[in-house]
Amino acid sequence: MRVQERIIEGLLWLSAVITILITAAIIWVLLSQSISFFSEVSIMDFLTDDEWTPLFAQKHFGILPLVTGTLLTTAIAIAVALPVGLTIAVYLNEYAPGRFKKTVKPLLEILATIPTVVYGFFALTVVTPFLQTIIPNLAGFNSLSAGIVMGIMIIPMISSLSEDAISAVPRSLREAAYGMGSTRLQTAFGVMVPAASSGIVVSVILAISRAVGETMIVAIAAGQQPRLTLNPLVPIETITTYIVQVSLGDVPHGSLEYKTIFAAGITLFIFTFALNNLSFWVKKKYQEKYD
Amino acid sequence: MTNADKNRLKDKAFQVFGVFCTFIGLVVLAIFLVDIIIEGVSRIDWDFLTNLPSRRASRAGILTAWAGTLWILLLTSIIAFPLGIAAGVYLEEYSKKTKLANFLEVNIANLAGVPSIIYGLLGMEIFGRVLGLGGSLLSGALTLSLLILPIIIVTTREALKAVPRSIRDASYALGASKWQTTWFQVLPASFGGILTGIILALSRAVGEAAPLIVIGALAYVPFVPTSPTDEFTVLPIQIFNWTSRPQADFLVNAAAAIIILLLITFILNGIAVYLRNKWQSKVKW
Repeated sequence: MRVQERIIEGLLWLSAVITILITAAIIWVLLSQSISFFSEVSIMDFLTDDEWTPLFAQKHFGILPLVTGTLLTTAIAIAVALPVGLTIAVYLNEYAPGRFKKTVKPLLEILATIPTVVYGFFALTVVTPFLQTIIPNLAGFNSLSAGIVMGIMIIPMISSLSEDAISAVPRSLREAAYGMGSTRLQTAFGVMVPAASSGIVVSVILAISRAVGETMIVAIAAGQQPRLTLNPLVPIETITTYIVQVSLGDVPHGSLEYKTIFAAGITLFIFTFALNNLSFWVKKKYQEKYD
Repeated sequence: MTNADKNRLKDKAFQVFGVFCTFIGLVVLAIFLVDIIIEGVSRIDWDFLTNLPSRRASRAGILTAWAGTLWILLLTSIIAFPLGIAAGVYLEEYSKKTKLANFLEVNIANLAGVPSIIYGLLGMEIFGRVLGLGGSLLSGALTLSLLILPIIIVTTREALKAVPRSIRDASYALGASKWQTTWFQVLPASFGGILTGIILALSRAVGEAAPLIVIGALAYVPFVPTSPTDEFTVLPIQIFNWTSRPQADFLVNAAAAIIILLLITFILNGIAVYLRNKWQSKVKW
């Protein structure tokens, strides 16, 4: 009996430890291929060259265009999702009747369950043509509509995490604000939002991380033209789109072109890893303590 | 107008804005669904579901894509569930507050934040090259299993946490061992919560395209896969492929395939919500 218990516990332990192996494997795969990439391309070129043309005859390996493309779509997404998401969180917490909140919240969460390839289709076939009627010189592929649609996808993430943070603020603070004669708006933005700020910041950081790593929306709607620009109206390429682009082609294994996707991948990994740890740190450090 | 009046006005204005923002998401969702249905629903018929892919949009069907999706779901379930549940049980019931346990926890949180396309790179190298599985169903299922593992572990732990201490104590008092307590009492008591998490994880897996594209799943597979080592395609990849073609006819096909994909996703999510509600109302400790 005891032996059997031991074996079972060992198996359970093994299953848990596999998660560490996964992380180790991710890092090993990305590092080993990137190291071999950086033995052929100088890391200075990689970080400072302003052209990314690994698939052309005239090869340049500057990651900057891909990074700006990624940051541009991310910035647009957050510009959409943060104000809307935060307003929803505040509205549902401070204004909306309980039953309304109960019906609307799950409906909003449907937005987060739609596969991203579907969002990409939406951006390309609905949002871009619509925007083109307002902005005539908008290209068929652009970071604007990809970013907006990504923002819509991220709204429930920000609204629901921020809402959790706001509703964790003790009632006594709200009542104190009302007791001083504040309106709901003053209570919300003068007391509740500041008190919940760490939780809100965490939700935004996680949303940024999600947007940076998002693939199918940008792969479908943002284009495949790496260029160093902050103009949201022209085609760009993100890190994730580049990886998809190369994966769809037939680049021979072991070639320099093949290794570029790992160099791009490790850049992406570092970004998201840093963001996720930042959110973890903020959560730990600024966890609200009320008595 | 006094200051108080102004403040009251601002308050009202924000209320209107709040309603507006709350509905904006829902309105966009509605526009989107209606647009997709108008565009795609006429294309859905028996032939569309049972035809092989084709160069001609009007003849192309999604048989291989949904067969591949079902295969992937089945294989991913077989691989990911035991592993995820076992890891969750270990972390919640067995592990003590050690450095390793702490590290495991941080690590799982981090894994949950790794972009899915990075899992694709991992799968391509480890399963595709090192294990020699190439772009097969098995390779894809293993990759997706790793991707959804953190979700399963986290929800399993939540479900186990909800089981009250007294159930375990009662079991121990009758002389049951740790594993007997876990297997006969704690797991059945938390089964609803675990199942909910598992279905949510599956609905995530069913919509993933990026990691499968990276491991080399093909858009054009002219046969229905019959074994786990066969090459495959899935609905999201088929949709992506049709979306990136210039001919408008293929966009109609993409819309039709999206309706099928959304149906699968919504059904899975619906089951999860149903289970959660049922379990919450049934279990009262």
